Amino acid sequence: MSSASATAPAVLRPRKEARHRDLRRFLVQRLGTGVVLLVGITLVAFVVTHLVPGDPAAANLGQRAIGNPAAVAAFRHQYGLDRPLPVQYIVYLKDLLHGNLGISEQSHRPVLTDLSEYVPATIELALFAIVLSMLIGIALGIVAAVFRDRWLDQFIRIVSLAGVSMPVFWIALVAFYLLFFKLGWLPGGGRLDPTQNNPAHLTGLFTVDAALHGQWTLFWSALRHLILPGLVLAIYTVGMLTRFTRASMLEIMGNDYVRAARLKGLPERVIVLRHVLRPALVSIITVAGVAFGSLLSGTVLVENIFSWPGVGQYAYRSAINLDLPAIMGVSLFVALVYIVVNLIVDLLYGVIDPRIRLS
Amino acid sequence: MTVAAPAPLEPPATAVVDNARWRRLRPDTPLPWRRPLALAGLAIIGAWAVMALFAPLIAPDNPLAQNFATLRPPSGAHWFGTDELGRDVFSRVLFGARITLPLAVILVIAAMIIGAVLGGIAGFFGGWVDNLIMRIADLVFAFPGIILALAVAAALGPQLRNAVIAVIVVSWPAYARLVRSLVLSARSSQYVVASRLLGSSGLRVLFIDVRPNAAGPTLVLAALDIGNAVLLLSGLSFLGLGAQPPTAEWGAMVAEGAQNFSDWWVGMFPGLAILTVVLAFNFIGDTLRDMLDPRTARAVRV
Amino acid sequence: MGALLQVENLTVALPTRSGYQNAVDGVSFAVDAGEVMGIAGESGSGKTMTALSLFGLLPHGARTSGSIRLDGGELLDMNAKQLRAIRGRQIAMVSQDPATALHPILSIGTQMTEHMRHHLGVSKSEALTRAADLLGTVRIPDPEQALHSYPGQFSGGMRQRIAIAVALAAEPRLLVADEPTTALDVTVQAGILRLLDRLCRERGLAVIVITHDLGVMSATARRLCVMYAGRLAEAGPTSELLASPRHPYTRGLLDALPHPEAGGAPLVPIGGSPPSLGRVPAGCPFHPRCRYAQPLCATERPEPKPISDLHLLACPPDPLRAAS
Repeated sequence: MSSASATAPAVLRPRKEARHRDLRRFLVQRLGTGVVLLVGITLVAFVVTHLVPGDPAAANLGQRAIGNPAAVAAFRHQYGLDRPLPVQYIVYLKDLLHGNLGISEQSHRPVLTDLSEYVPATIELALFAIVLSMLIGIALGIVAAVFRDRWLDQFIRIVSLAGVSMPVFWIALVAFYLLFFKLGWLPGGGRLDPTQNNPAHLTGLFTVDAALHGQWTLFWSALRHLILPGLVLAIYTVGMLTRFTRASMLEIMGNDYVRAARLKGLPERVIVLRHVLRPALVSIITVAGVAFGSLLSGTVLVENIFSWPGVGQYAYRSAINLDLPAIMGVSLFVALVYIVVNLIVDLLYGVIDPRIRLS
Repeated sequence: MTVAAPAPLEPPATAVVDNARWRRLRPDTPLPWRRPLALAGLAIIGAWAVMALFAPLIAPDNPLAQNFATLRPPSGAHWFGTDELGRDVFSRVLFGARITLPLAVILVIAAMIIGAVLGGIAGFFGGWVDNLIMRIADLVFAFPGIILALAVAAALGPQLRNAVIAVIVVSWPAYARLVRSLVLSARSSQYVVASRLLGSSGLRVLFIDVRPNAAGPTLVLAALDIGNAVLLLSGLSFLGLGAQPPTAEWGAMVAEGAQNFSDWWVGMFPGLAILTVVLAFNFIGDTLRDMLDPRTARAVRV
Repeated sequence: MGALLQVENLTVALPTRSGYQNAVDGVSFAVDAGEVMGIAGESGSGKTMTALSLFGLLPHGARTSGSIRLDGGELLDMNAKQLRAIRGRQIAMVSQDPATALHPILSIGTQMTEHMRHHLGVSKSEALTRAADLLGTVRIPDPEQALHSYPGQFSGGMRQRIAIAVALAAEPRLLVADEPTTALDVTVQAGILRLLDRLCRERGLAVIVITHDLGVMSATARRLCVMYAGRLAEAGPTSELLASPRHPYTRGLLDALPHPEAGGAPLVPIGGSPPSLGRVPAGCPFHPRCRYAQPLCATERPEPKPISDLHLLACPPDPLRAAS
């Protein structure tokens, strides 16, 4: 161990600088891999979508136009489909760097515009659902671990198994029917009531925007509209997180240092929260990252039922119609989310576990 | 000598394995009975298997037979009511089992074989083969399940067969990763090294020494995966990319239910069918995992 | 002076496949303040269970009987809350492997001050100051920096010192050290033992050292208890026991393990192996492996009897009497 001076400030300064340096290096490294991944995704998405049996022309032109070779040729030319594949890819990349993701074949608008409309809606929904899932899931997992093998644990286990066994599109329907149609407790669709106007645009997340502008009725309305789809989406991830939290905590509880904490006479609450939960959070956060991905999956199935104007619906329509630019756009979005989520997870690792920070 | 009360203990489990709970059962209680969940799961699957097998005999009506009694609520004549074309929902649910159950099992077996072979190759040969296979697996993993399945199914055309292919494409990486890591850890384990030193060829080692150890976790993954497969398959059908009308498939039936949401029975029962099947497989898979995990295995076996 | 810790006829029964079996069977000993006592035995001898029973942290379903009196108070009668008040504050334990016994992601400062503050109610800054002092006492260089560091940044020997400091943070009267040097390099062991010795003298701390390593015993413990299959085989002053043991098992241990008093004689292992829980032979548990065994050893359970002022022996035939 180095023998620095004993006065606190002098010791703190070099440590903080070192930490910032490490963080910077870490971020740069991560961004580098992220860019590589993005390029990889574009390549794969490009190859897959351009080599499949389906014909975009057939999907997007009417039946009569298909029979007309001139119309098909015009369509192909307009979307650059008549050029050699590698050239198409280079063109695509070039456009990408200029922020041009192409024109959607269904909406005839720039894909970027489409995405900028739909992405915030889905992000808001997914964020709401993941926060909800983590709060409920981790709490249930802790309870299950603490009351291991007693009836509460068994009950939570069944509930979480049920959660991951439920078809999300079905429970969405059930929730819609019960809570909106029959009981009228919550709104049945859309992000706001039909008569309300969107809040002033800042992030695209209605709750955030409304709150930032002090438009509290809009805020509550947006929140109420989030609850039903958010809850439905969260069911699967709550199940996931509960099981992982429980397993993670039980594994940690078997460790010597937990017994050592008991030997110190610390109250049980401190032991569970500080000695067991903290190390468990590392794997829990990992699972939360995966859970976020599965939430995005869920949006495809759920946005339709709740008339939520998000990427899920857009992805579905694009796939059905073989709208290649749109599909590529969605792929890029998915890849971006994956990278950002991984980055956040890695950063959180560093916060929770000093061993990672220092290595 | 004072005989004290049982030593005061902390309410939650201490560091040592908790065997006390199982003490309540007599030591000779057969193993399956100690896990009521797995038992329930097996019973449910068994019931569905029987129903699927004998559907043509049990079902009151032809699942494709339309009549004028459209959207009738559950009654004596139609236990689950009728859908928008007057078809008996109960019969359709029964026949749906004949589609979903076999397909899900076949699907998982296919994904397991493909994934295990690829993973085994990757783990065994290493080098660029390993890299290539794993990069592809990672890429597939990065995509949220249904979005990728969606893309593949849409590209191939909306057909049940293509939906099955799509789900296989999405599922194989998990097996590849598992088998690869098992092969890697087995390669460096003592008994394999000893076997190689004794002259066994690589392939022999793979099949005789590695396979038994790899089989367990892989099968557990498969058991847990069947539930997932059912969810993905019915999800794709729900979106219209799997089973096409008039096929009675559960996911497609829930989609129909969404169109007629005020007639709750149309979507409710097929969805419940999916739920029970997936839940049953998850019960079984969960117990299997407990049994194979050395940490929790003792609590089950003792 | 009255003993700080008085254990009488302690029996710990653990649930197994074949019913409850005694891991600790009728063990009695006492420890005074300012003394180091050793408990020696192989794995499975019940020494760790004995230690854990002092803290009331036995496995689920364990049953204890007998008496454990700490400063007069009966530990076996205490409820969970009372025991929590005792743990760390009156008695503390240093576990075998400092690499796993210290929490990997909590700072040393936190690990030292959390129970200090809980038991003694001192403020955070006061606690940190005391912690730094303690680290200095156990000879950790640069205590201020160490408080903000993590166990992974220290070597094995340092970690054990820190573990000892953590154990002492709430100022306990009795320290239980379970195999304190087993996980450490030989070169580092001596330092740890000297530290324990010093702490004992300087603070009037009572120390129980549990180990299978007789070399460690001869270096630190003033008195020694030898355990076999959960029972006491022999107990007495360390020097006497190691120089002229009276129990065949102790003799066997000395012949089988290297230690300073052996003087370079070849090692002779004891034939057979220690009995596992539930397979303890009737009568004297050691008799199947004992070369002096007599017929009565298979039927009569030996009780520890005093053979001199401080020396107890649980071996009625006493075959080694002539040798002493």
